[in-house]
This record gives sequence, C-alpha cells and structure tokens, in this order.
Amino acid sequence: MGVISSKLGDLGVVTTTLDTAVNWARTGAMWPLLFGLACCAIEMMATQASDYDMSRFGMELNRASPRQSDLLIVAGRVTRKMAPVVRQLYDQMASPKYVLAMGDCASCGGVYNNYAVVQGVDEIIPVDVYVAGCPPRPEQLIHGILTLHEKVRGESLAQWVKE
Amino acid sequence: MVTGIQNIEPTAIPDSMKQWEGSLEQLRGLVSERALTGETMLLNMGPHHPSTHGVLRLLLELDGEQIVTCLPDVGYLHTGIEKSIESRTYEKAVPLTDRMDYLAPMSNNLVFALAVEKLTGLDVPERAQVIRVICAELTRINSHLVWLGTHALDMGAMSVFLYCFREREYILDMYEMLGGQRLMSSYIRPGGVWRDIPEEFLPALQRFIDYFPAKVDDYEKLLTNNPLWIDRTQGIGVIEPEEGISLGVSGPSLRASGVNWDIRKSQPYSGYEKYDFNVPLGQHGDVYDRFYVRILELRESLKIIKQAMKNIPAGPFRSTNRKFVPPPRAELGRSMEAVIHHFKLWTEGYNAPDEEVYVAIESPRGEIGCYLHGTGGNKPRRVHFKTPSFVHISALGKIAEGHMIADLVGIIGSVDIVLGDSDR
Amino acid sequence: MQIPKALDPVEAVKGKFPEAVLDVVQFRDETTLVIHPKEIVNVCRYLRDTNGLIYNFMSDISSVDYYPDYNRPGRFGVCYHLLSMLYNRRVRLKVYLPEDEPIVPTVTSVWQVANWLEREIYDMMGIIFEGHPDLRRVLLPEDWDGHPARRNAPLGYETVMFSFNSDEISKHKPFAKE
Repeated sequence: MGVISSKLGDLGVVTTTLDTAVNWARTGAMWPLLFGLACCAIEMMATQASDYDMSRFGMELNRASPRQSDLLIVAGRVTRKMAPVVRQLYDQMASPKYVLAMGDCASCGGVYNNYAVVQGVDEIIPVDVYVAGCPPRPEQLIHGILTLHEKVRGESLAQWVKE
Repeated sequence: MVTGIQNIEPTAIPDSMKQWEGSLEQLRGLVSERALTGETMLLNMGPHHPSTHGVLRLLLELDGEQIVTCLPDVGYLHTGIEKSIESRTYEKAVPLTDRMDYLAPMSNNLVFALAVEKLTGLDVPERAQVIRVICAELTRINSHLVWLGTHALDMGAMSVFLYCFREREYILDMYEMLGGQRLMSSYIRPGGVWRDIPEEFLPALQRFIDYFPAKVDDYEKLLTNNPLWIDRTQGIGVIEPEEGISLGVSGPSLRASGVNWDIRKSQPYSGYEKYDFNVPLGQHGDVYDRFYVRILELRESLKIIKQAMKNIPAGPFRSTNRKFVPPPRAELGRSMEAVIHHFKLWTEGYNAPDEEVYVAIESPRGEIGCYLHGTGGNKPRRVHFKTPSFVHISALGKIAEGHMIADLVGIIGSVDIVLGDSDR
Repeated sequence: MQIPKALDPVEAVKGKFPEAVLDVVQFRDETTLVIHPKEIVNVCRYLRDTNGLIYNFMSDISSVDYYPDYNRPGRFGVCYHLLSMLYNRRVRLKVYLPEDEPIVPTVTSVWQVANWLEREIYDMMGIIFEGHPDLRRVLLPEDWDGHPARRNAPLGYETVMFSFNSDEISKHKPFAKE
C-alpha cells in the first residue's frame, strides 16, 4: 500500500463519483452464466481455460444459476426448440443484465439459413454486443467482453433509477 | 416436485401437479405408474445444466436418489444441416459437416468426402490419404482431450480440465496452419485435401509428438490410480456386450465392454491398413473402462501419426480429375480450359449418379456413417448422417437405470456425447 | 469354436423368402435388397439370427424421398444398413412406401437402437412405423407442423441482410424488448 498511501496522505480516502464506483464494481466482477449451446461454447471454454484465462477480467466464476449471473453469453446457434429456454433464462437473470451474442449463428443465423434456426438471437432477447466469427477466436470473445465493459462504464445510475 | 403424497387413488393425479404445463397423461407408459401418483419424483435435468455436455434434457423419475426411468430429450440443437446440404452442391456442403460434431470436425469432413468419392467414383492420391490419416488422428486426440477435461470436471477434478485445454491449443494451432481456422477448418474435401501441408506443419507436429506423451502420463498420474476417481467410476454404468450391440453403441464405448470392433482395423479406409496400431479393449464395460480405453487410444493415435509423418509420399495433394477438383491458381493464368473448369465447378458443381451409398468411419465417438443419395444432378437428394452421439443418448436411458443421480453425470460423460453431433 | 461358413445374403434371403425380395441392386460393391414392407421384420430377424449371416449390428436406418417425379415403386424409401461384425460385411435392406400410406412395421423388436432411429425418420420424413412403442417427435418441438426432410417441404430460407437492403429488412425483423 506504500504508493497509494503516500499519494493519499494518511487519510485512506478516495473521492469519486458514485457512477464510477458502481460501474467499476460491475465491470470488475461480471459473472457470466455457465451456458453453452454449440461450437462457440467450446471456444468459450478455451477462453476460460489456461491459455486465455478470462479470470484476468474478474470473470473466473461462471454461475450455473441465472439468478446469480450478470452476463449471458449466447454461445452458439439458437434453434426454434431452444428459443423459449433462452428467453426464460434471460428473464430469470437479475438486473442489471447484459447479453453478448457470440458468433455468427447467435448474431444473425450464420450458415444456417433454414427452418430450424432463429435468425439472430436478437429476435428473442435484446443484445448488447455482437461478436463475429464462426466460431470467434478467444481473443475476439475477450475483445467483445472488453467492449461490453466499456459500454457499462458509460452507464449512469440516474438512467437506471429512471427506468 | 411431489414427494410423500399418500392415500391417493392409484391412478389419480394430485392437484399439486396439475399446475404443470402439459398433462401428465402424456407421460403414461413412458414413466412408471408410481410417478403418476406422486410416489416417485419427476425431475427435469437440462437443457441448461452444466454437466449434460450441451443442451441435453433428461426427464428423470427418481425414487429417493435412485433413477427409476431416464427419458432423454434431444433436438435443442437441431439445425437442419441435412436439409441445408440438400440445397447445396457437394463441394459447398463441406463447411456444414464441420459444424455437426464440433469436437471432431475432420472426422465429419472425412466421412462426407469419402461418401462423395464413393458415389462419384473419384480417386484420392496417396499423399492426400496420408494427410487425412494424420488429420483424423489429430482430431481424435483433440476430441478425447476435451472429453477427458470435461468428464473429469464433472466428477470434480478441476485441474485436469486446465491441463487438457493447454495441450489442446497445440492441436488447434496446427489446424490453423492447415485450414486457417482453429475449429472449423473444412480441410478435407472430396478428392483430397484443400491445400498442401504448409512447411511449418511437420516441425510443429514433431514438437507436439515429443511433448505430448509426458502429458498423458500426467493425466494418468492424476486419475488412473486415484482412489476417489476409482470409487466414482468403477462398476458404474455397465454396458454388457450383447446389450451394447443391440443398443447400437459403438466406438470406444463398445470396446470398453470387450467387443473388438474398430472400423479402422476391420474395414480400413484412407490406407489405415498400412499402419501398425493396437485396438485397446476393456473388460467390464463400466465408466472406468471407457475412460481407460480412451486414454490408451490417445497413445495409439500418436503411434499412427508417428508412422504416417515419417513417409508422406510426394505427389499431388488432391485428385487431378479436373471435372471434380478445381485447378490450381497458377494454371488459371495460362490455360483457358482451367478457367472453364474453375468456373463450372464453382457455379454449377459436379453431377453424381441417382444412386445411394453408405460410408462409415471410426470417429472419436464411434461409428459415424453418411448415407448419400444423388439425383443425377449437382445436389444430393438425401444426405443422412448416422451419428454416434444420437445412438449413445438413446442408450442412456437403459444404462442409467437403477443408478444414483450423482452417477448419472459420470455416465453421460463416459459415453462421450456431443449434442451438435446428435441433433445435426 | 468353429465359425460357420459365410452364406451369401442375397441367395439366403431369396431362398427363405422368395416372395419378399423384389429386387437386388449392386452399386459400388454395396448390395441392396429391396424387400416387401410386410416382410421386413422377418427378414431382419432371419439375417440377424441365421448361422452364416449374423448381421448383429444395426448401423443406421435412413429414409429418402423421391418427390416429385419418381420412377420407383414408391415415393419414399427406407434403408436399413446392417453390419455383420463376425463376417465383416454390410448389407442394405430397402423398402419402398407409397405416398398416400407410408407405413412400415417397426424393427424395434429386433434391435433396440431402431427405436430412436425410427423416431427420427418419423419426425423428419413422416413415415409411420407400425407397432412402435413410443412414436413421438424427437428432434423438432412436439407442436411442429410438417416434416422438414420431405422434398416438398420448404427450406425456410430468409433473405440475407446486406447493406443495400438492411433498412428494408430491419423494418420487418422482430426485435426483442426487455
């Protein structure tokens, strides 16, 4: 604590806005839902595993319960049979909640332009960040998550209260 | 959830269960009568569940912790791949086959390519066959690594997952050298492979071969003699050989029951008859044997790759039949014929006869089959993939009966299912 | 143990069921026996249990639709791919079914794996398996209308969005709300 305490004096007090503090907390420990659909889920697992290590961004904890998670990574194709389940999971998450559409299939249907696949998960749930790729590399997913963090940092508490 | 409801008419449905959407009558005949009265509990596992390996849904009828009936429900990942292929030419269908079994994309490419080659009578040069064998075995290692990591994670061994994914990155890097993509490389095409192996591929492969055996030893050190692992896996989920054959179980899951059946040995394709390798067999057919057979397969696959990379023959890496395979880029500038072939292939494709073929190969999970029926035109009439995961999930109900619910997770992991493979 | 001598499946089935074998097709070293739908269960059981044949493993059941102008005995075909692990060979049985009445007896009593494979064909192609213990949809939702693998079923294609038509499509595309 040497550097910080010398800069702050002996007070140990930092002044900042409430927005910054709240957003710092939200981005620093954004727990994703442990929810994989298809091929992208394998890349999502690789992102969490040894080489890419998503825990650098405070995301090592994947909660299997939607009640405890903040971020829904839709990793893979959403089919007509799966769509109600995805929507229900989204509804069960507590606010503030964010959605990241990982991969082409979740963003726009991808290569499956046919009867079985929902053409983009944004037809069912509102999406914050889209990540392109089939499947996206782990670096792309991390970039998508950092983009989401940037978005969260720009949010203000007053807006939440209004809504 | 209904437990402990007493003194009800044997067939009456208690009020507490009527809130459930859909009627219990639908389940009559599928679950035991005791479930309808509320004596046993009906529990829904999935489709969102961390250890069902994807979006598998299981309807369990539980007597305490014991499973009375297990009804698997698939289709949450049904993407109409077969129907989509029917609207594409044969060459353009290859990328879709990657995405069926996303842990073993090269195996899917291979079975589709073999089916198209058999239907059209296309020949494959030696060099391409050796490259295909290397790719197929790399895919097997890749798939088994993900299986081992997730299976061990389900059973509570976290570190194996991290180690397996570390080694897997080496294979994905090699995929990237070959096909330009980490997972869905679409590298094996009808007539050969997409392009020749790049010069940095073989040194990378050599490094991997030198590096990997010690890592398999590490996994074995962590699991094989681990008393906790043995307690949780031995004697669980036994598949008897006769029942396994009747249930259609194939691949390592069947070999763990002691059935000596490996398509690479018995009906060799792509020149597998030239390699010297063993087929590991189990004795008891339980979760532990299925685990150990796959560990041994990792070593056998390495053995095959070692032999294959020593003598990769020179020559073309794909067929020189210009009616089926596009000419190399360099030829387009010189030859008018090459331009015509190129144009015809990428706009119209090639025609296949109005006949049917069935090709089966040994994927990491078991027998993957491709039934292909041509129309005489450039698109198939019907393509159907027989996928091992679909069959293994259908067998899950029989295997899991009578076990504890905690063992079910191990059983699901041990038959190695991938939902994309199952639902297509 | 003495392994019985291998029999030719075509001759054996023809000898045992002379009426049932309608046609024999050879293509690329694959043998296809076209069987009358009524006899399919008996033929399957005979192929599985007879010494010298022992087709003990069912590899696959697949279906095919010959819509629209078929020069075949029926619109639908169902193929049974059998494998003999003992003699290391495969054979295909095929039945043709008419358009108005695509019904074939189930072979679940012979191989348990046929249960789900037949359910999938019922789901995708709409072929009804008589006597099947649990003929429900397996891949598609239970309230799905139609059978997508039929040749006259639409693919369900949607127009792809490019920059020139993105405004037009976004107007009609349903976007989700909170």
